[in-house]
Amino acid sequence: MRGSLFESPAWCRVQCQRHCSQTPHKKEVPCVFGRPPQLPITKIIRLSAALLACHRRRSTPTAALSLPPRVCSLPPESLSCRLSTIYSWVRKTKLCSVDAAMATTKPRLSSFSRNLSAVSSSQTPGVKCGPNGTMFVSSGIADLDRYFEILGGGFPLGSLVMVMEDAEAPHHMLLLRNFMSQGLVHGQPLLYASPSKDPRGFLGTLPSPASLKHDKSRDRESEQEKGLRIAWQYKKYMGENQPNFDSHRVTHHYSGADNKQDYCNEFDFRKPLERHYFTRQRVNCVGIQHSKNLAALQEHCASFLAQHQRNDGSSALAGRIAIQSLCAPQCEHSNMDWEMLSFIKSLKGMVRSSNAVVVITFPPSLLSLSSTKRWQHMADTLLSVAAIPDEDKELAKLLSGYQDMVGLLNVQKVARLNTQVPLILEATTFSIKLQKRRFLVLECLNQAPVDGSSGSSYGTSGVFLQLSLTQKCYIEQLRMVSKEMDR
Amino acid sequence: MENQNLNLLDRALGLDGPSEPWPLSGRVVLIEDCVETSGSFVLHQLVKRSLSPTSSNVIIFVAFANPFSHYDRILRKLGCNLVTQRDNKRFIFFDMLMLRCPDVDEGKSSEGGLVLLYEKILKTICGLPGDKKDYVTIMIDDISLVEVAANGGSDYVLDFLHYCHALTSEFDCSLITLNHEDIYSSMERPTLILQMEYLADILIKAEPLSTGLATDVHGQLTVLNKGTSHRLGRSGNKIHNFHYKLYVVLWRKKLVISIDKGYSSEKRSFRRTYHVNGRLGFWNLNTLCVTHLLNG
Repeated sequence: MRGSLFESPAWCRVQCQRHCSQTPHKKEVPCVFGRPPQLPITKIIRLSAALLACHRRRSTPTAALSLPPRVCSLPPESLSCRLSTIYSWVRKTKLCSVDAAMATTKPRLSSFSRNLSAVSSSQTPGVKCGPNGTMFVSSGIADLDRYFEILGGGFPLGSLVMVMEDAEAPHHMLLLRNFMSQGLVHGQPLLYASPSKDPRGFLGTLPSPASLKHDKSRDRESEQEKGLRIAWQYKKYMGENQPNFDSHRVTHHYSGADNKQDYCNEFDFRKPLERHYFTRQRVNCVGIQHSKNLAALQEHCASFLAQHQRNDGSSALAGRIAIQSLCAPQCEHSNMDWEMLSFIKSLKGMVRSSNAVVVITFPPSLLSLSSTKRWQHMADTLLSVAAIPDEDKELAKLLSGYQDMVGLLNVQKVARLNTQVPLILEATTFSIKLQKRRFLVLECLNQAPVDGSSGSSYGTSGVFLQLSLTQKCYIEQLRMVSKEMDR
Repeated sequence: MENQNLNLLDRALGLDGPSEPWPLSGRVVLIEDCVETSGSFVLHQLVKRSLSPTSSNVIIFVAFANPFSHYDRILRKLGCNLVTQRDNKRFIFFDMLMLRCPDVDEGKSSEGGLVLLYEKILKTICGLPGDKKDYVTIMIDDISLVEVAANGGSDYVLDFLHYCHALTSEFDCSLITLNHEDIYSSMERPTLILQMEYLADILIKAEPLSTGLATDVHGQLTVLNKGTSHRLGRSGNKIHNFHYKLYVVLWRKKLVISIDKGYSSEKRSFRRTYHVNGRLGFWNLNTLCVTHLLNG
């Protein structure tokens, strides 16, 4: 076992686990030498998490992880909270001996991560510190936060998020509802603007955080991969109220007992949010249907953001603004292109200097192409939602779990505040599923972009789906792909 | 130390020669990008080169897109302290995030705001001491937002740009602008972008790869350097095409850990040291590297 050279980290992990189970009392330390040319960072994370799990089950030093020097040159933004939390556990327990290379590169991260975790735990819940001096709030959807973990887990404060709707289906409302509920659960003030006649009525459709009983029975695929199942069951027997599926979520819990203090909650769409959450002081609803121009909305936003000005003492509560269907046709301003653009520009300018996140949804099919591009450029984070038709046989062949899917979510742009390095996310296309008609689940559909020099193609499974602006183009693309596959 | 950090982008722009006279003076640079690939990194690189200690450039930065803190953080990682440069009057920042020209019905036309902006720039240039007047760089972040600020009056924006262009011949300053090309690609008569492309001496385009996303390449950069006629003879058009990747470089140099708090590119002095595990290590922060994969 010692000094074995492993080609793939999965094999190495399996070997380590087997070794741990076979020799529970031996003090021998299995060393892992990994020198694969292109080791993706997620595999390193999984490997180190698995090794940690092995180590935690025993009380003797178990694993030494030697990272190839290439890893040291990766941007620290992608060596995110995950690796730094693993490393901080390692250092805390003082049982693992970590290789010199890892020790010397990690201190920079660990000195930051220790500071970060200290700061974030003392702050108000729901706000987390991230890289480049930005703070993050949860998007309300656990899967989205998880995929944005590299950024910092959620939406950065001071950014503008735009969601491109599909005119045929209201799936953007699911995202908006989660976003708003998350803010209300954390006690963050909310400003909601909508073109409907009764914006306040929408608050009655907001979901409530899921009860604990359901959390325990949810089967998470990611947790199985990390081999932490035993650790999970162990915690259950210890009688903790809050079993942690995800090892990364440990840092997100401030107090284990209280469900409400989670950074990101699971929301149950069948249960409406309790009324005491939306008191008048915290929620302000604005209707934009009947106003002549956007000046009234701009004033509301300006006064809201003035209450959340960012100053050096960052203990102020974060605020959330949700604007639904900004260019909806029933509004009078919908044909005033430049009006809307300058409203968004001034909103963006105001929100950059405040502790708030703005989410705007808009149907791009109602705007001209060049206006749509302008709106897209103004967004810091750009998401687009598309509906998929029911009972489409060709799609059912291509996508597994097609019956549960209600739509598709595509991440087109991610916020890059205070940094110029673009981020290539592992996953950009997700399927939106409503599990048991209650829980919003996002599943990754496309494969991660491959490294140019590794030479491997999309290979075994998965179809690379690329969402375009309208649903119909996308469906046509899928049909073309399916025809090629049939050939 | 300066020579180590030169890369292909600098060579394509002609910045690899001596810093004085500034090779971009009197020239207009247009940076084009799209939603998938942002071209602002070229702007940051040009700011860094202009503010290098060997040159005596003054930058007038007209920002419509991001506040000062954003550029400050980025350039600090590149090794350039904007706060010190601002105090030394080498970096003048105009924050135009909240500029909104008055509406047309109010009587005053949208060009009022842009005329005021131009006068401000002119006043700043004239107010500079004599030796610094020759090396001024005007950078405008995001012409598309200038259009939004002018309520869609692209004629006014064009006038403003023409006036700024006149400054390049009058004061020998250089004009660097950023615009988004995909906004205009669907228009019938994209006057603004066509005129800007015509005026520009150097055209830099950042595009995504045609094959889709990749982990090791962020996009491709095309630099078109139209020859100048007032140097020694006329050099022909040069087109350079690169794949580029932006990343953070960490390397171990000495046994000191530094946090990026106020160190200037000249001295590289370190303010704080940390002891971790009884060992000390040093990390430098981001630099921009452009990898040459294609030759044009």
